Amino acid sequence: MASTTIHVLLLLLMPPLLLGVINKTKAFFGGRVGPPLLQLYYDILKLMRKGIVLSDTTTWIFIAGPIITLAAVVAAGLLVPFGQIQAPITFTGDLILFAYLFGLARFLTTTAALDTGSSFEGMGAAREVTFACFSEPAVFFAFLVLAKVSGSLTLSDMLRASVDASVMGSAPLILIAIGLFVVLLAENCRIPVDDPNTHLELTMIHEVMVLDHSGPLLGVILYTASLKLFVLGAVLLHVLTPSYLSTDWLDWPLFVAGMLGLAVAVGIVESVMARLQMRHVPYLLVFALISCGFGFLLLIR
Amino acid sequence: MDNYLNGILVIVLVLNLLSLGTSRINTIIKAVSAQGALLGIIPFVVHQHLTLPAVLVAVMAIALKGIVIPLIMVHALREAQIKREIEPMIGLLPSIILGAVATAFSLLFASQLPLASQHVGKLLVPTSIATVFTGFIILITRYKALTQVVGYLVLENGIYIFGMLLIESMPLIVELGALLDLFVGIFVICIITNHINQAFSSMDTRRLVTLKE
Repeated sequence: MASTTIHVLLLLLMPPLLLGVINKTKAFFGGRVGPPLLQLYYDILKLMRKGIVLSDTTTWIFIAGPIITLAAVVAAGLLVPFGQIQAPITFTGDLILFAYLFGLARFLTTTAALDTGSSFEGMGAAREVTFACFSEPAVFFAFLVLAKVSGSLTLSDMLRASVDASVMGSAPLILIAIGLFVVLLAENCRIPVDDPNTHLELTMIHEVMVLDHSGPLLGVILYTASLKLFVLGAVLLHVLTPSYLSTDWLDWPLFVAGMLGLAVAVGIVESVMARLQMRHVPYLLVFALISCGFGFLLLIR
Repeated sequence: MDNYLNGILVIVLVLNLLSLGTSRINTIIKAVSAQGALLGIIPFVVHQHLTLPAVLVAVMAIALKGIVIPLIMVHALREAQIKREIEPMIGLLPSIILGAVATAFSLLFASQLPLASQHVGKLLVPTSIATVFTGFIILITRYKALTQVVGYLVLENGIYIFGMLLIESMPLIVELGALLDLFVGIFVICIITNHINQAFSSMDTRRLVTLKE
């Protein structure tokens, strides 16, 4: 029970901190002081106290979009084990639910964007869905590899299985870790794919879909975005370090440290790379897909 | 040990795809030099008891492929003032897919080969075949002289990986000779590139066939 409580608390409270770490890292590389570490918490609190402006063309979907997206991502977060402790919800085949909860989140985000009736937001929705076509199969290939390595169809067991020292153990995991990292960057609209700070209209993907949301709805969207980074980051962290120390009291601090390290890594990638041209993004995602596919091929050959 | 070896080889495969997928010649050179340096580590990982020839080959490979050759090429690139492969013969996405198909083919093909039992679990053979294929694809589909040099380098990396299978029985002089050939070849090509660039406006290999004395 205690571990479930810690799990839920971590899931709900920690995500905005990751974005703070990323921003601090970017500021460090740029030689700036940067926003405070807790800036996103302040932003969300500020937005929560504001009113909402709704366009006449929108329907209930516009409001339901961010809320259901948040619910879907939280549910996905309950399926992923943090550290060595079992996730709160586990059952055989929950990897499918995990992948499609993200699918549902994406569907509602894009539908809410289309609901505004703005052609500009429709463009963003089209881009989001196009790129998802590449990243979703990559995630499934990664899960196939994990299922094959661990011999289990439960997300908790798949992610916590310590890799035996067999010959084929580590090579596929390296491949899917590379693939999943690219997917993490793409899904969370980080720099090589999409710049979360940009408002250069022709190249936006995610930002363009949430332009019309305001007040609490925008706060929910910002929070969901950080939550998404947290959940996908937890999956990637498990792939990178399949077996932790087995002492319980060290496990949570190690997990938190690992997540912060991952955030620093994302910040470094964002600092040293420029964002890709829009037409080059599919190359990167195909690369991730191929990388995960090779991991699978290596295992089954 | 095999885990580390396979890890290195998998990263080599990823670098293959990266060098196929980028249009910036600078990035390709960096990728290939990282690949060469990684390959230099392999002898330390493969053998429990290191022999002097193996260490010598490894150090030479790291120094030449990882440091010297990339420096020469970056220098030539700066002199020639080109930045990217404008129009490869087939686009970047098709060439990534071609490379992926070649890699998949070599992974499947290598498992059919009758290998010595100590090589079966390792990825040495498929990686070497895939890297040679990648080198071929780069050599064939790119027009800039410098990118073709990179293709040649990738090709040699593939052959080097294959040589790792035989490193205990192969004379040192063969491997060092190959490295020297490679070094001189690239040295000469980079100088020639430079001179061509000074004398003519273009370094497109399609036009180089019309060069006369």
